[in-house]
Amino acid sequence: MKSYFEPIVGRYLHLELLGKPHRLYVEEAGQGIPLLCLHTAGSDTRQYRALLNDPEILKRFRVIAFDLPWHGKSSPPAGWQNADYRLTSRDYTDIIMGVVDAMALDSPVAMGCSIGGRIVLQLALEHPERFRAIIGLQSGAHVDPYYDVTWLHRPDVHGEVSAAVVSGLVGPLSPEAERWETLWHYMQGGPGIFKGDLYFYKQDGDIRGRVAEIDTSRCPLYLLTGEYDYSCTPEDTMDLVSRIKGADATIMKGLGHFPMSEDPETFLRYLRPVLDNILASGAAGQKAN
Amino acid sequence: MENLAQLVNADERLVWKGRFIDTSFMVEVGETAYLIKVTEGRIASVTRGPFVMPSWSFALRASREEWEQFWLPVPPPGSNDLFALIKRRALKVEGNLHPFMANLFYFKGVMAALRTGGNK
Repeated sequence: MKSYFEPIVGRYLHLELLGKPHRLYVEEAGQGIPLLCLHTAGSDTRQYRALLNDPEILKRFRVIAFDLPWHGKSSPPAGWQNADYRLTSRDYTDIIMGVVDAMALDSPVAMGCSIGGRIVLQLALEHPERFRAIIGLQSGAHVDPYYDVTWLHRPDVHGEVSAAVVSGLVGPLSPEAERWETLWHYMQGGPGIFKGDLYFYKQDGDIRGRVAEIDTSRCPLYLLTGEYDYSCTPEDTMDLVSRIKGADATIMKGLGHFPMSEDPETFLRYLRPVLDNILASGAAGQKAN
Repeated sequence: MENLAQLVNADERLVWKGRFIDTSFMVEVGETAYLIKVTEGRIASVTRGPFVMPSWSFALRASREEWEQFWLPVPPPGSNDLFALIKRRALKVEGNLHPFMANLFYFKGVMAALRTGGNK
């Protein structure tokens, strides 16, 4: 095959987050409206590799993805060895807003999947004026715990279990290479990190009581959910739609919990109309910059 | 279920994944119980109940209808994975879960081996 470089540029951003110096790995490609992408629990920015390589999207959007602290190529803060990692709503929001500020992103679109799909609801609630639009992938206000997460971090069970736990969340018809690349990211997670993210997903980040306050006239909200996701189910997403006036939702046929990573081609067919819509709204001046 | 040993043992990669496993586990398909003995990743035997004093590390129990959905070539949403069944409380996993969780890819693979075509 012919060798080539992808258009993605990866850099390390130094910034203060949660009162401590951090070193975060950030990837970006393209130019135009900033599109900030948030990965799922226990994974990293590689989930957005197709989006960061799509020539059509890159003409109009500056696609940016960063690894959360402790994930991918971002470092944990110094002294990490002395504490358990546990993500909270407050910290997660502060990290995202810290990155938006540090990179001076002007009215970005925020798109997140799973835990990212949950936290973007929080962004829509708390910072609607800072975002041009919010896209939630596999978004739900809450998930019922259905397995004992302590299995995800113990010395007598290999960390590969994180990938085994989520393997069924990939849609059954997703391409093999993409399926196993998605699972590989889970196999590479640091010990206890997936479990620590699930603290946000399953306990601290329950916002059932607040989602009705989201004002989509201040910040449009688009929801895309794969029909095979049994973690954040289509029913969970439709429940959001019933509570949030003006929210736009589409259930994606055949896809699971990792649409952008497990079957990028199918996912992009669902995402493109949403991005077109956001561009059209911007052109009509519906969202002041 | 009678074909389980043949299907699993013919899958070299699956047997390799289970190479450190020596245990017996119980699968209940509705009223019918099967005791499955695993030796170094190979299915050594599948014994159909009823049993008087079965000994096993963990048990997977679901209705026949649930397993039949699970074993379809392309299962419908909610039936495509053991954890999808667990989430809907359609599958009970009981006993000493350590061998199950420590070798989760293997045991998911064993139960999916009965799927005809489609995603294993």
